[in-house]
Amino acid sequence: MSRMQSQAQYVLRTVEERGVRFVQLWFTDVLGRHKAFHVTPAELEDALDQGMTFDGSAIDGFSRTTESDLLARPDLTTFQLLPWYEPDEGVARVFCDIVNIDGSPFDGCPRQQLRRVLDNARAQGYTFFVAPEMEFFYFTDLDPYAGPVPIDRGSYFDLSPDDTASQLRRQTVLTLEEMGIGVEHAQHEDAPGQHEIDLRYTDALTMADTVMSLRHVVKELARQYGVAASFMPKPLIGVQGSGMHTHLSLWRDEKNAFIGEHTYGLSDLAAKFIAGLLKHAPEITAVTNQWVNSYKRLVPGSEAPVGVEWAHYDAGALVRVPSVKPGRIDSTRVEYRAPDSAANPYLAFAVILAAGLRGVMGNYELPKEGKRTATLPQSLSEALNLMEKSTLMHETLGSHLVEWFLRNKRAEWDGYRSQVTPFELERYLPLL
Amino acid sequence: MSIDVVLCVPSCEGPVRKAFEVTGVTPAIAASARLNEIAALEPTDGFSGAVINAAALPFSDAMSLCRQLRQRERGVGPIILLLDHYQLDDLTFREDLFDDFVVGPYDVSELATRLRHRLRRAGNDSVAPRIEHAELSMNLETYQASIAGRVMDLTYMEYELLRFLATNPNRVFTRATLLSRVWGYEYYGGARTVDVHVRRLRAKLGEEYAHLIQTVRSVGYKFGTQAEFTE
Repeated sequence: MSRMQSQAQYVLRTVEERGVRFVQLWFTDVLGRHKAFHVTPAELEDALDQGMTFDGSAIDGFSRTTESDLLARPDLTTFQLLPWYEPDEGVARVFCDIVNIDGSPFDGCPRQQLRRVLDNARAQGYTFFVAPEMEFFYFTDLDPYAGPVPIDRGSYFDLSPDDTASQLRRQTVLTLEEMGIGVEHAQHEDAPGQHEIDLRYTDALTMADTVMSLRHVVKELARQYGVAASFMPKPLIGVQGSGMHTHLSLWRDEKNAFIGEHTYGLSDLAAKFIAGLLKHAPEITAVTNQWVNSYKRLVPGSEAPVGVEWAHYDAGALVRVPSVKPGRIDSTRVEYRAPDSAANPYLAFAVILAAGLRGVMGNYELPKEGKRTATLPQSLSEALNLMEKSTLMHETLGSHLVEWFLRNKRAEWDGYRSQVTPFELERYLPLL
Repeated sequence: MSIDVVLCVPSCEGPVRKAFEVTGVTPAIAASARLNEIAALEPTDGFSGAVINAAALPFSDAMSLCRQLRQRERGVGPIILLLDHYQLDDLTFREDLFDDFVVGPYDVSELATRLRHRLRRAGNDSVAPRIEHAELSMNLETYQASIAGRVMDLTYMEYELLRFLATNPNRVFTRATLLSRVWGYEYYGGARTVDVHVRRLRAKLGEEYAHLIQTVRSVGYKFGTQAEFTE
């Protein structure tokens, strides 16, 4: 029996044995939004065998002019029961790749875009590991007109009495662990209602799937507790936003290729990789920070990067080289601090890796620590212009995706800039 | 000598009834596949076997009944299925749910022979292949693993890794060996993939049983209980 068949057998049999009523076929659109088909066990065998046909024009970033039918093809290695459903009404999920009807990879599928970049890195002998820190807020609800109200008033590392937020965060971590998602630690973050879950490293594809799962679990459990979770990059004025600081390392021949004799125990390769990140940071920002609101987080004085520089300690630096604990030399890594937790993880990891590898291939020179060589774009509009001119972005993501992304995001920007905001009314109406 | 009582669902008529008479066993007829109805018919020393007419029930109900009978603490002895020819394909991957089958139209002497043969062999019947190790139990036919009675929700690779380790307890495997023996195909992440999966398996085993998979420093991993580790 082939590997595919035995995986399919495993899935079908588990569905039967565990009384699974629905299988959710998960996939992701270009903007990183979570989509799903729900199939019954009776339909599952067909779905596993042939994939699910659907009309791609209904989904952002999937539309094409010629023909719109696409196929969602389950990746059986990702089959997993969802632990928050009752055992007698079991629900499982499986991630899908989106392919054209003829079976060829579809350009608008973020999962396959990341796969392509990872395959490229692998051809050069590299494996890419990532470990993001996911920040988010718990609010009483998500009514955009009433405005967000945090459910607690805690702060960084606060050990508060066992309130809803702490219980909820703990339950969320336990649920993630039940799903096989390794959590390094979880804590209260700086702002009221803000929490952070740090994930244990995995390969980038697994991690992008994991980020999608985490956002779903965090929101689902919040809902069960009668509150709401948001990964909006900057929901509150005057306190820090929600980032997705991402720890990165490259491995070669089963060894951490970032370990070396340079400053802070970094290798020559790590230095070039960081140089690549710094050089290309402005042009990849449209993907790592893809919303109008993302740029409200990237402002001075809020522990988010503004300038392009690297450092050992400075929490405001774009790239940080974290200290490595004695005896834990394999955890040598660099931390890229621009992304926010509302990014599309597949595309974000793809462009981050591509930028770093450019530095390695091109033998880029690492600027001095703390030296600001450029600034990050200050608005979505600026970021989009940089993306449009970027060869790296076109080569990494393909022109189909880049063009669609620019069109969609420019429409978002146009919608935004035609607004008259409370800031303007407060400041100008009495005065002008 | 006690009389064999064989469960018969959902009816016992025509050639089936004849086969019972020829064999000399008593049918206990349950008209539905409901477990409580079946339990009410059960003699004090249990059923000796079961004849389930899958052609006369919705097929999924028949399979579900077989599974429930298998999972009961108290066994029912050999299960014989009666089938229509077109249902044969549906038996694929469900081989563990029954011991024998007969395809309609039923031949009295064939059915009687099988019934007798199965009842004779009962008691030394082979059960589904299992791995039992301390609190871990893996049914290799249903792909279900449980720890201390709690069913674990595993992905395919987690299941395969656990099966491989538990099949070879107390043997140390390098990451490279595990990769080639368990994965052996396209994957991302090299040997660290093994670490990631071990981490996930330990999380699913739970704190109390995480030690079943032990890290052997600078070598790899092995499966074993603490007691065996010290020897």
